[in-house]
Amino acid sequence: MPTVLLRHMEPKQHGVIVKVTATGELGRRIRDMGLVPGTPIQVQGRAPLKDPVAVRVRQFTLTLRNNEADHIFVDVEESP
Amino acid sequence: MTRTTQETQEHLFALAGNPNCGKTTLFNAITGARQHVGNYPGITVEKKEGLYALNGRQIRLVDLPGTYSLTAYSLEELVARDFLVHERPEVVINIVDASNLDRNLYLTLQLLELGVPVVVALNMIDVAEGRGVRINAEELSRRLGVPVVPTVARRGEGKDAVIRAAVDVARSGVRWQPLRISYGPDVDPVLADMEKIIEGSGFLTDLYPARWTALKYLEEDEQVKKKGREKDPTVSEMLEAMAAKVTEHIQKTLDSYPEAIIADHRYGFIAALLKDGVLEQRFKGNRLHLSDQIDRVLTNRFFGPIIMVAVLYGVYEITFTYSELPVQWFEAAFAALSRWAEGVLPEGPLRSLVVSGIIDGVGGVMGFVPLIFFMFLAIAFLEDTGYLARAAYMLDRVFRLFGLHGNSFMAFIISGGIAGGCAVPGVMATRTLRTSRERLATLLTAPFMNCGAKVPVLAMLIAAFFTENRAQMLFLLTLLAWVFALGLAKVIRVTILRGPSSPFLLELPPYRIPTFKGLMIHTWERIWQYVRKAGTIIVAISVLLWALMTYPGLSAEDKNRFDEARHAVMESLSPDDRALLETDEGAGAAVQEARHRLKDIARQEATAALRSSFAGRIGTALERVTRWCGFDWRTNVALVGGFAAKEVIISTLGTAYSLGELDAEESTSLSQRLRQDPHWNPLVAFAAMVFIMLYSPCFVTVTCIIKESGSWKWGVFSMAFNTTVAFVVATAVYQGGRLLGLG
Repeated sequence: MPTVLLRHMEPKQHGVIVKVTATGELGRRIRDMGLVPGTPIQVQGRAPLKDPVAVRVRQFTLTLRNNEADHIFVDVEESP
Repeated sequence: MTRTTQETQEHLFALAGNPNCGKTTLFNAITGARQHVGNYPGITVEKKEGLYALNGRQIRLVDLPGTYSLTAYSLEELVARDFLVHERPEVVINIVDASNLDRNLYLTLQLLELGVPVVVALNMIDVAEGRGVRINAEELSRRLGVPVVPTVARRGEGKDAVIRAAVDVARSGVRWQPLRISYGPDVDPVLADMEKIIEGSGFLTDLYPARWTALKYLEEDEQVKKKGREKDPTVSEMLEAMAAKVTEHIQKTLDSYPEAIIADHRYGFIAALLKDGVLEQRFKGNRLHLSDQIDRVLTNRFFGPIIMVAVLYGVYEITFTYSELPVQWFEAAFAALSRWAEGVLPEGPLRSLVVSGIIDGVGGVMGFVPLIFFMFLAIAFLEDTGYLARAAYMLDRVFRLFGLHGNSFMAFIISGGIAGGCAVPGVMATRTLRTSRERLATLLTAPFMNCGAKVPVLAMLIAAFFTENRAQMLFLLTLLAWVFALGLAKVIRVTILRGPSSPFLLELPPYRIPTFKGLMIHTWERIWQYVRKAGTIIVAISVLLWALMTYPGLSAEDKNRFDEARHAVMESLSPDDRALLETDEGAGAAVQEARHRLKDIARQEATAALRSSFAGRIGTALERVTRWCGFDWRTNVALVGGFAAKEVIISTLGTAYSLGELDAEESTSLSQRLRQDPHWNPLVAFAAMVFIMLYSPCFVTVTCIIKESGSWKWGVFSMAFNTTVAFVVATAVYQGGRLLGLG
């Protein structure tokens, strides 16, 4: 299973979070939302201007900016 | 602080939960209309309180801000945490969304770690069922060690059971009993050591449990560290050193941080909590899929933006079309009141004060109420359905360029992003923004938009000097307003509100149909707040502005001069004609002529009185500066009057040009007069339009800025900053135009 940045995942692609490198406020917010290692994640889609990205995590939909998604490493099921 | 709860007939409970978990719905269901909205002292976070009676017991219920966590990063979280620690509610009713249980329980764990007695309201069990999720509430209650009550807040189901459970907990007199979670071999030992030190020295133990304080030192919680340093610098330093050591160790060996390890273990704890018989996924439900289907259209690359423009236009139409009639009623009612006062009171300063100062002031306050009502109704609808989050998601990329947030768009649109809005509800609409820098930048720049009061003034000037391309000119000015608002937002964000953008991380809640009751309570709260808080200030300033435009009035000498002129007109008439003059009937040429001359004298007198008033003197004194952008005292005094309300510019200009009383809607005579005036030309007019677009917001808006930002500072700033910008830009336009040989 290759590891990619959340930013580089394709819509509808599944994966499991392996690492979150953000610290400080951003890190805290990401963790508060339940994006911790071991959590399954799926990309739902992107906003019309390609940014932010919408992901399905646990039982809800979360959107985050691409530069925020850059802190999240995901093991994806298959290379697109 | 712990009261002997057995005898008390009044209880203090708090309501805590994530955003979008149905907390406000449950609060409304429990307290109905018996609620009180205020602010926490000194900050803009709302504090909602409600009363509820159960078997002769009075229950005071405080609705804490919706938060995902209890850290020190946002004002909302700090407020919630401080309330729990300082006010010590007997029970916290923690609402969790059953359809999204693990993330919601993250907050629950933090409440339990703090030790406060908790009752869990397991809300939206119907939604969870629809998704094929079944939760064993009894088992969850046993594992958490607190009562768990299933509810459906939308239908009011379970609300009495929740309150009863909370009253039982309060009556049983339980003490604060912090939950202890294991954080693994890297954190647990140091946590135990820190706990010993804290307990041994009684460090902050009057406020927090020892283990909790230790955790906060490991999580680098600034508020707790600051309190700790004030309390006992030696202990605080010792704890900080221990935290630093373990941080270094974890970074070296695990390439991670204590904060991250702690969060991982909390989620691990939740996963274990829900395993083996608590949460059962029976089938893949389709409720979320419905939301996904809707999103496939509403946030589609192509249709999404089109639908969004239509929705925004709809909000705008609803706000300004439906409020038109009630606004007219208010105006008619206040006009009738003015006439009545004019009939009752003798002519003189008192009548002028009551009619022009007080009644006009109160009328001004009330005139905005229908606008605010419909704007908040529309926004509450969009927010409760979940669409507002989608619009922010789609627009964030654009607004981020200017240091703003996806949610900023609503304030700009309402303020007049499509010409003809109003900055008062616009400024209030910034409440949908949760982050402070972006919110302040938005509420400071939204008033640059061309509101419904600036439009008639601009239209009058356009009619006078740009007859050929009226529509294009108004469109150009709307475009310019956007350019300046967004450009200046950027300037503000890289200077006085400099700083990285706050994390976006926005939840897209499933689409829901809002409840009518919820919408109404929400909207009513806003209006009441506006009338009560802003109203008093607005009336006071209205009276002040009236005085500024009225006093000191004409000197005795000047007054004599006008009296003599009137006398001379009267003298020129025969006694019969003089009698005819008093009546309104038609008469010969001599009487007509006399009437004309008298009216003329009255207008000249009004102009002279205006010029000699304080406002007129200010306007005259300002000529020294404003000649750089081409304005004389008449324009200046009108701009001073425009601070009361932008449409006042027209009536004041009318008086200054001796045209008598002018209505903003019928300004043709003023357009003609300005066109013939040698002082005016298209260049001066354009400079004036730019100035009117950009200068200080009217004082109603300024009052709202003060209320929304929580500080006088930002109100004063917006007046000074906007007027400076307006002056610089108008001067550049005027001087640049003259260099190019225009005007």
